[in-house]
Amino acid sequence: MPEDDEDQSPPSDLRSQPPCSPNKSRNCISSSSSQTFPDHVLENVLENVLQFLDSRCDRNAASLVCKLWWKVEGLTRSEVFIGNCYALSPARLTQRFKRVRSLLLKGKPRFADFNLMPPDWGANFAPWVSTMAKAYPWLEKVDLKRMFVTDDDLALLAESFPGFKELVLVCCEGFGTSGIAVVANKCRKLKVLDLIESEVTDDEVDWVSCFPEDVTCLESLAFDCVEAPINFKALEGLVGRSPSLRKLRLNRFVSLEELRRLLLLGAPQLTSLGTGSFSRGDQSDEQGPPDYAAAFRACKSVVCLSGFRELMPEYLPAILPVCANLTSLNFSYANISPDMFKPIIHSCHKLQIFWALDSICDEGLQAVAATCKELRELRIFPFDPREDSEGPVSELGLQAISEGCRKLESLLYFCQRMTNAALIAMSHNCPELTVFRLCIMGRHRPDHVTGKAMDEGFGAIVKNCKKLTRLAVSGLLTDQAFRYMGEYGKLIRTLSVAFAGDSDMALRHVLEGCPRLQKLEIRDSPFGDVALRSGMHRYYNMRFVWMSACSLSMGCCKDVARAMPNLVVEVIGSDDDDENREFVDTLYMYRSLDGPRKDAPQFVTIL
Amino acid sequence: MAYEKVNELNLKDTELRLGLPGTEQAKEEQEVSCVRSSKRQLQSDNEEESTPPTKSQIVGWPPVRSYRKNNNSVSYVKVSMDGAPYLRKIDLKTYKNYPELLKALENMFKFTIGEYSEREGYKGSGVLPTYEDKDGDWMLVGDVPWDMFSSSCKRLRIMKGSDALVLDSAL
Repeated sequence: MPEDDEDQSPPSDLRSQPPCSPNKSRNCISSSSSQTFPDHVLENVLENVLQFLDSRCDRNAASLVCKLWWKVEGLTRSEVFIGNCYALSPARLTQRFKRVRSLLLKGKPRFADFNLMPPDWGANFAPWVSTMAKAYPWLEKVDLKRMFVTDDDLALLAESFPGFKELVLVCCEGFGTSGIAVVANKCRKLKVLDLIESEVTDDEVDWVSCFPEDVTCLESLAFDCVEAPINFKALEGLVGRSPSLRKLRLNRFVSLEELRRLLLLGAPQLTSLGTGSFSRGDQSDEQGPPDYAAAFRACKSVVCLSGFRELMPEYLPAILPVCANLTSLNFSYANISPDMFKPIIHSCHKLQIFWALDSICDEGLQAVAATCKELRELRIFPFDPREDSEGPVSELGLQAISEGCRKLESLLYFCQRMTNAALIAMSHNCPELTVFRLCIMGRHRPDHVTGKAMDEGFGAIVKNCKKLTRLAVSGLLTDQAFRYMGEYGKLIRTLSVAFAGDSDMALRHVLEGCPRLQKLEIRDSPFGDVALRSGMHRYYNMRFVWMSACSLSMGCCKDVARAMPNLVVEVIGSDDDDENREFVDTLYMYRSLDGPRKDAPQFVTIL
Repeated sequence: MAYEKVNELNLKDTELRLGLPGTEQAKEEQEVSCVRSSKRQLQSDNEEESTPPTKSQIVGWPPVRSYRKNNNSVSYVKVSMDGAPYLRKIDLKTYKNYPELLKALENMFKFTIGEYSEREGYKGSGVLPTYEDKDGDWMLVGDVPWDMFSSSCKRLRIMKGSDALVLDSAL
């Protein structure tokens, strides 16, 4: 609602005119002379109407109707989503959208998470925050993913936006506890401070004490990724004076005993709890072991449970009182054996989201399948993430899940052994799947029962899961698998490929057959120039393409860059002497409205 | 830490080679990676024992984010020394490489350890650091890359006296 809009004319202006039926008023708007309704009146009508449009797809469509709609939509859009920070400059953002309250900005491509990109590549938040500081004084929310954020950036943010309410940093780095301290101290209206899977340096600053001393507006505080001790007494004080706190995710420096004390303070309001280390220091038990279950019994509203960063398994049963209410459970930092796991999961009938380590084994997955009929999302991470490790989960666990959890929508599964049969079964049993990410950790590994490639299994997934939008493949895969993807994967938006395929044809199938493809990330696969050229008609319609350790020549990349001026073609890591290098190390290309970026480091060559 | 990995490996790593460390190709690798990054050079100065692994270790595979890998490694391990009256406990996560660990052990138990070499183990001092791995086998400290060691080590035993001497001469 634009409070500072002086020319917002009251409806009476419209009512003074003869009443128009909806059809007639449309004619009035489209008439070039518009005698009945002057432009600024139309603008105001549109503004009032377009305010109700929330979805950005709807807004994008509305902005294409005509210039007037484009202008008014730009005035009324308050939430902006930018999927690639280099697709446009901050100046363009502030010129197009005048009253932004909330920004969601994404930076590095996902493969940067796995050390495939050197540090200092870019995705700096600095130019964005400095531009917005002048243009959006009423900014309330910033949500960043894979951006490089410095303490100075955070300080500028804290100083520039008096009404700032929500800061969410996912997979970010470049800042430390000193930056967090400034935000805590200066953002007096702060409701949400969520640091998720980010790297936060320990500047030895007591940031928890920096929150203002009076009652806070805090609704969500997540710092489970902060690898630094905290001042527990200050945290206790903070929780005590934050009556709106619903979500609290503690880091591993909060012990079980400290958790218990916090729960005694604020448990009934909490809906989401990250339990910290879930272990005790070496202290003597005065009169028998403390009653942690009592603390959890007080958590009547908790539906989302995580943490267990240094789990002492003997205390796990303390969470039993909340299990029946849980819709989300994250055990992915806890090495839990099947025997410890089964009594817990047995009570979790409402569970929809479940993350765990493969230490629960196929046996544990069978228990999940037996109990969690409402399961929508499952993620199984490897306890021992190496190629040659023993895999405690296999096709047996996957098969059980497919039979027990028919509503499954999203899967991420790390394993050492898999069969086509299990994938085919899942494709039939779980028609709601939109995200299917399978990582067979041994490279080029075939179906371990039949010895054949995993083509048929993945083929069945793309064919039968008609809602599939995201796919990650692994194991031994020939071009046939990609033929299936091109033929059936009509809704796929994100595709991840590693160590797969035989020839250029594989990539061609995908580029020619998947019209909705937006994000393509490929590593260590034998795709070359022919394949790259075959997708030229697609690249402007995609968010990005990443290809590393493939068979692309520098010459071909240059050709693509020349042919597509609005595409930024980055070659990362190659030496200057092209002669010695047969293939490009890493190609990362994306469309951009404002040309190549000016902050590219030495090891990045923009063609 | 991650950056070092990027430069440690040749891009042709997807080729499985059976060459021993110290062959020409491996040397080239090291030279290339030293030229690329000064960070890497410092690291290789410290890790005298680290030889390029015979089995190719792939950067970023499996695709698990590094903070997840760190959390799963065994951290606190018991350390026993032959002849000492009680055991100690150390957090392996606080050390980044073998020299740091061995120095800490030397300080803790007041001994000096001989120099490590792949062929001869710890020669001369009559003190042998060993560890029990995930499979329950007792191994000599220093043979495998640090990351592999720190994630599979369950406990340490510093052998000395006659046991150590026997093994020393057998190596």
